[in-house]
Amino acid sequence: MFKRINLFLAVVASMALSVSVYADAYTNIGRAATAEEIAAWDIDVRPDFKGLPAGSGSVEEGEELWEEKCASCHGVFGESNEVFTPIVGGISEGDVKAGRVANLVGNRQPQKTTIMKVATISTLWDYINRAMPWTAPKSLKPDEVYAATAYILSLSGVIPEDFTLSDKNIAEVQKLMPNRNGMSLKHGLRTVDGKPDVHSKACMKNCKTTGKLTSTFPVSARNTHGNIQQQNRTFGAVRGIDTTQPPAKTLKETQERLKLAATEKKGSAKAKGDMLSVAKKNNCLTCHGVKNKIVGPSFNDIATKYKDVKNANVTLEGKVKKGTSGTWGDIPMPAQSASDRDIKALVNWILKGN
Amino acid sequence: MDDRNKKTGRIQSAPENFLDADLAHEITTKGLNPERRSFMLKSFLAASAAIASGSAFAGKAKSAGDPNILNLPEHSTTLGKPVTANPYGVPSKYETNLLRRESPGLTRVSAASVSFAPLQGLFGIITPSGLHFERHHQGWHDIDPSKHRFMINGLVKNPKVYTMDDLMRLPSVSRMHFIECGANSAMEWGNNAVPTVQYTHGMLSCSEFTGVPLSVLLDDCGYDKKKGKFVLAEGSDGSGMTRTVPIDQALDDVIVAWAMNGEMLRPENGYPLRLVVPGVQGVSWVKWLRRIEVGDKPYATKDEAVHYIDLMPDGQYRQYTSIQECKSVITSPSAGQVLLDKGFYNITGLAWSGRGKIKRVDVSVDGGKNWKKARLESPDLPKCLRRFNFDWVWDGSPAILQSRAIDETGYVQPKINELREVRGTRSIYHNNAIQSWKLAASGELSNVQTY
Ligand code: HEC
Ligand code: HEC
Repeated sequence: MFKRINLFLAVVASMALSVSVYADAYTNIGRAATAEEIAAWDIDVRPDFKGLPAGSGSVEEGEELWEEKCASCHGVFGESNEVFTPIVGGISEGDVKAGRVANLVGNRQPQKTTIMKVATISTLWDYINRAMPWTAPKSLKPDEVYAATAYILSLSGVIPEDFTLSDKNIAEVQKLMPNRNGMSLKHGLRTVDGKPDVHSKACMKNCKTTGKLTSTFPVSARNTHGNIQQQNRTFGAVRGIDTTQPPAKTLKETQERLKLAATEKKGSAKAKGDMLSVAKKNNCLTCHGVKNKIVGPSFNDIATKYKDVKNANVTLEGKVKKGTSGTWGDIPMPAQSASDRDIKALVNWILKGN
Repeated sequence: MDDRNKKTGRIQSAPENFLDADLAHEITTKGLNPERRSFMLKSFLAASAAIASGSAFAGKAKSAGDPNILNLPEHSTTLGKPVTANPYGVPSKYETNLLRRESPGLTRVSAASVSFAPLQGLFGIITPSGLHFERHHQGWHDIDPSKHRFMINGLVKNPKVYTMDDLMRLPSVSRMHFIECGANSAMEWGNNAVPTVQYTHGMLSCSEFTGVPLSVLLDDCGYDKKKGKFVLAEGSDGSGMTRTVPIDQALDDVIVAWAMNGEMLRPENGYPLRLVVPGVQGVSWVKWLRRIEVGDKPYATKDEAVHYIDLMPDGQYRQYTSIQECKSVITSPSAGQVLLDKGFYNITGLAWSGRGKIKRVDVSVDGGKNWKKARLESPDLPKCLRRFNFDWVWDGSPAILQSRAIDETGYVQPKINELREVRGTRSIYHNNAIQSWKLAASGELSNVQTY
């Protein structure tokens, strides 16, 4: 079908040798994009800096901006692992010289930071410009993007603290990127006709194996993803294992458990999981973790704070509904649009602690 | 009341047949008048009465047997719900266990996270749209299609803007393809880290997609055939997801799609417009697609320069790794499931390849020592899931179940040690190793590695 369309167009083109014929084929479908429209959307910045707007930002300005708009998620030094993997850390002076990050060899630093991986400064600029801050993407001005990028690079020791990054000197800074020589295109996974790098054979009989289990999923972890029994049908060829119990030892034990499970009434231990999904549905978990702080305090910290406060639920319901600030820090919580019923239930659940 | 009934002497058992065929025809063509209405009511009552007395009789019978057979259930003895009781149908209320789920601890915030499809309980190759795996980088939105715009610019003669009206007028294709996240099975490069196939392989789905070939649109804008080497696809979500696609691929089988499985895309899957890049990892299938730019160089965007890069043992990253190589997995019986008894089982699973069609799938029940060919189900399509089945009788002794796929290029799905020899254990992406499930004498299955 594709081929046919291409063929059709090729034939049309060769007859008239004019692009306007293409347009004729689909008259009145689509229209010319205006220069303003293209400018509004064509924001990408390439490694050769095509698309980079003019501007500049200093490390100092970057620090200020970072503390205001980035640190709540990424940590004051870009080191936080709470909302996302750390942006800064894991590189040395030698890396800046070599353009290869030594910590990427072996398993010296299991947690890879952004700066350890990124080879091209344009990637940072482009991404911060299009997507950060996470909850208010595309709100930064070009100068602010320069400043934020400068701050990240200064924290990483790539540029000095008194540096001002601009469209004029960004190509020079590219030459200092710690992992600038760290990318390879020599592999067969780029295109459909690329050559595979792993070559196996399909042995059918008496094949060589180690006969050993080189890894097993730990029994102690079998309930970490919730009870697997409830993630399978209650009828059919198989059942889910009740992972709240230790493994059955014999088929007979398995069958006794299955019989018991079939006669038991459906569990009522769902309540806890349900409130978590209510919190998720209402977007609370974008800013709050149950156990960890994100932008807002952790739910458990809220529970602890109000443990002995009378009628805390009423006060907090109001705050969630109308929005609030100043109790936990500078970042405000916007008014939440959840239903009154959900807010009431959520606040009660938060205050109980989990 | 009905001539046919009189002739055969049978009582009509199904309530929907209580109306005389002629009368039914008259009603559908001329509508209900009060007279007909009352006639219909009477015949209906008569029919229900006949059925009710039948069930009462069955209830009294004292012969031995399954009460589910002997006591007619409510659905056999009462009138069911009318049409359009669910104007948009939903699964049975008994189907509440198979849901897409997050892997706890994998990501830190759920708007930049992934939910896995419950492969352990799915059949055939089409993923129900509501169970299609999700991966968002900055949350999802439900976008008003009348306001959605799609732009093509860059190395083109005529940069253009299309509305959904425009796009949906163009010549469309419908194609079935799998979509797999490049990070599917990522947690298993080293040790077994997750309990079931939902979490080891659930960033995999397969659908029929409908849309206009990107080649048609590129032609329509007069793309630069000499200088144009790559296209950049860009999403309209907060992340402005961007990925580079080589132009040959873009012209080959890439689709600018609006439909999935007969209906419009689901919001979580990019409503109203997404890119379909067959055989290539999911991140390139940019959702909420707003723009294609034709360029002469790759773009090194965040999700192709910082993520979705494969770390090799020498500390180099492979960049622009895209193709999902040949892979398969047994979906049932699989880890976290338990067999009910000894005897016959249908071992079933999925095979796929980003390089074309699946040629063969082998199954081993002894940890890879001996293999036999599995039955392949239709359809046989390139870059699409293929369902396989394998007859097996469990004798009650421990076993290790594995599957191995071979695609039309002759490439054989590797063992984990073969992958590791080349790529080490830290490359995160593109783990297409043979998966092993250990079956214990108790009937319980668990996730293991062996080779
Ligand atoms: C509300 C939390 C939040 C705030 C505030 C925030 N970020 Fe982020 N940031 C994230 C998340 C989450 C990601 C990962 C998104 C993804 O998975 O694609 C991210 C990713 C990034 C990355 C890419 C890291 C990588 O390795 O992929 C950079 C760089 C970054 N942020 C910079 C910034 C800057 C600069 C600011 C301030 C202007 C900022 N962020 C504000 C949450 C936040
Ligand atoms: C955009 C981010 C954001 C979202 C979404 C959000 N919160 Fe908050 N929340 C915050 C911040 C920031 C604070 C701390 C405000 C302060 O310092 O006074 C906070 C504080 C709170 C507090 C404590 C208030 C106090 O005065 O101690 C409660 C309770 C709370 N949030 C509940 C919720 C619930 C329930 C939801 C979902 C319906 C929710 N939050 C959604 C950011 C958020």
